[in-house]
Amino acid sequence: MKSAKFTVSALAVIAATATVAGAREQIQVAGSSTVLPYATIVAEAFGENTDFPTPVVESGGSSAGLKKFCEGVGENTIDIANASRAIREGEVEACAAAGVTDIMEVRIGYDGIVFASDINGNDFVFTAADWFNALAAEVVQDGKVVANPYTKWNEIRAELPDQEILAFVPGTKHGTREVFEEKVIAAGCEETGAAEVFAAEKADEDAAEAACMALRTDGKSVDIDGDYTETLARIQSSPNGIGVFGLSFYENNTDKLKVATIGGVTPSTETISSGEYPVSRPLFFYVKKQHIGTIPGLKEYVEFFVSDAMAGAGGPLAEYGLVADPELAATQQAVADEATMAK
Amino acid sequence: MTDATIPAGASPQAKDSLLVPDARTRKRNASEARFRAYGLGAIVIAVIMLLILLFTIITDGIGAFRQTYLTIPVTLDAQQLDPSGNRDPEDLKKILTLTYGNMLNGAVEGVIAESGIQVADLTEKDVNDLISKEAAAQLRNRVLANPELIGQTVESRVLVNGRVDGYYKGRVSMASAALDGNTSPQQLQLADALKDAGLLATRWNWAFLSNPDASDQRPEAAGVGIAILGSLYMMLVVLFLAVPIGVAASIYLEEFATKNRLTDIIEVNISNLAAVPSIVFGILGLAVFINFSGLPQSAPIVGGLVLTLMTLPTIIIATRASLKAVPPSIRDAALGVGASKMQSVFHHVLPLALPGILTGTIIGLAQALGETAPLLLIGMVAFVKNFPSAPPEGLFDPASALPVQVYNWTQRADPAFIERASGAIIVLLVFLLCMNLLAIYLRRKFERRW
Repeated sequence: MKSAKFTVSALAVIAATATVAGAREQIQVAGSSTVLPYATIVAEAFGENTDFPTPVVESGGSSAGLKKFCEGVGENTIDIANASRAIREGEVEACAAAGVTDIMEVRIGYDGIVFASDINGNDFVFTAADWFNALAAEVVQDGKVVANPYTKWNEIRAELPDQEILAFVPGTKHGTREVFEEKVIAAGCEETGAAEVFAAEKADEDAAEAACMALRTDGKSVDIDGDYTETLARIQSSPNGIGVFGLSFYENNTDKLKVATIGGVTPSTETISSGEYPVSRPLFFYVKKQHIGTIPGLKEYVEFFVSDAMAGAGGPLAEYGLVADPELAATQQAVADEATMAK
Repeated sequence: MTDATIPAGASPQAKDSLLVPDARTRKRNASEARFRAYGLGAIVIAVIMLLILLFTIITDGIGAFRQTYLTIPVTLDAQQLDPSGNRDPEDLKKILTLTYGNMLNGAVEGVIAESGIQVADLTEKDVNDLISKEAAAQLRNRVLANPELIGQTVESRVLVNGRVDGYYKGRVSMASAALDGNTSPQQLQLADALKDAGLLATRWNWAFLSNPDASDQRPEAAGVGIAILGSLYMMLVVLFLAVPIGVAASIYLEEFATKNRLTDIIEVNISNLAAVPSIVFGILGLAVFINFSGLPQSAPIVGGLVLTLMTLPTIIIATRASLKAVPPSIRDAALGVGASKMQSVFHHVLPLALPGILTGTIIGLAQALGETAPLLLIGMVAFVKNFPSAPPEGLFDPASALPVQVYNWTQRADPAFIERASGAIIVLLVFLLCMNLLAIYLRRKFERRW
């Protein structure tokens, strides 16, 4: 009997406190693991310098974050989704279907994507074409489409070192993969002229585009589904490998990694913001405007994030590896006006 | 055996001495020796693997329990910190950490000049980055809590940045610093000079156990305080829900329920649930507790409820086994002197089954403590900086948990977080060890043999 009473009273206590637990006080953020370090830096500073509690920041990936974001409006849904790519049409529709109609899109800056290898290895001077030839499933030789025959970098171009081809590229669940395919592989496909040959040989445009983006599956290109820490560990165990990293990760590990140049340009926040270094992508977060006013500090957090002191060229985010947005002032204005995305 | 019982000479074939084993005996002995060797080999391999694991974790993680601090006098300039001069807390709050950071940088420069430290090619960045970004926030909090400090010169012990700290723990060397964008050999030389002057020292770091998580820019300030608290809250929820429900269910099933097809189905299902992958409970928790019941995300209450579901089968199975182990004669004797069924169970059977129930419960809790997968889905893998308040309200505040803190830190870019992650593993292992020791102790103390 004692135990039964105990159970009932325990359940009663839980039920009672469930009703007591009032409005949510802290901002909830989820999404891209690329944006995560920036978001935590801002959240920490926001908590330190204001009376609002520090926002809770979850990772999990852009797509997972946006899915959570679009679950609905209310205190048990998140307020902000971080994303390393722009929101997709389908996601906006899913949001609207769940009642999330007013979304503010905030671009916080740019992130560079770099190729880096073991610090003691060879120096690399790449072009996008080299990467296409090294990693594509099919390449063009003498005007004909053949399965990728290259096994060493110097077979592709004589100036490249005599080293086995082995690349650790982000897995398909990463937003980085999309950028890598678009800005490197597809660009290389165009550069080498393979795109034209594919267009002539394949049935339709989609098939030709797919042929451009298809990576080889013979073990020379390895998908990394984990984080950059895993890519780094793989490079340390097989020093022939070349990994694809975010600029900020590389900048925190310059004593272990050597960065490759693309067309002779070394990646840095300066070369990326000037556009000389070609492989970069914008980073975003999306705010549920319907929560402004309900969740204390939400607008203040967004304004704090895009302020010059945080996201500006000399701020802590830039120090960590974010490429400051030259149009930050426009973003600040949009945030102040609470401008939502065009429907 | 048969060879030995036949008297020598009784059989005309047995010419061999008993002391010299024949071929078959030798073969049997050899197979036994082989089996023992395999067994010993298996244990040796297991022990070596365990030692390697422990060795790497401890060598990586022990550094998290020591931290390098710089002790400097900081002049809290009233002009800067309280321009209006009224010491009004609201006005003081308007002064941001940036101002405090500059004040600390000035203090470091002052100390360098005062102690006459000369380092060639030392840049301003090297000096400004020497101390942690956390220091400014700590100083600001100290002043806000104690405004009369303004205008005084206070002795402050501040954290130094993760790279310099790593230098004294062997993670960073002069050679690696030369390649590193976040530190420089000059900065390390400066740190060495300050150490010689007695201002910089690596000391025991209690803050690792009490501090909250910190952002990627200040690994030196990160701690497992919130993670320990979050894990503790979840274990409280599990204890208060899983134990009563589990014990009540097992008593009913074992002592009162009639054995029929329905109870058989329930029994099979309980055994099955014990083997369900834990991530499934996470999906269930997300759907039922967060989306349907509207409980908050990242809250220990939801984590606790999910872990309760996961632990229940373990507790039920252990409790039923220990109830079964109580001899029927105890029940018969109780019933024989006129006790009711319930009196016999609660007065006689349950106390005797208690050691087994406690052991099962503690092992179930230990399993729940180390569980990560279900927590991924309910938002516990998060950056949480504010401590949850005291229970019961605190159960609804966001918190982290020890295993997810480990997972979180292994993903960070700064190599200093590897040390933190291993440190968190050590804390987790100590907790698990304590719980298992407690289980063994309780079993030994209360165990009854019949």
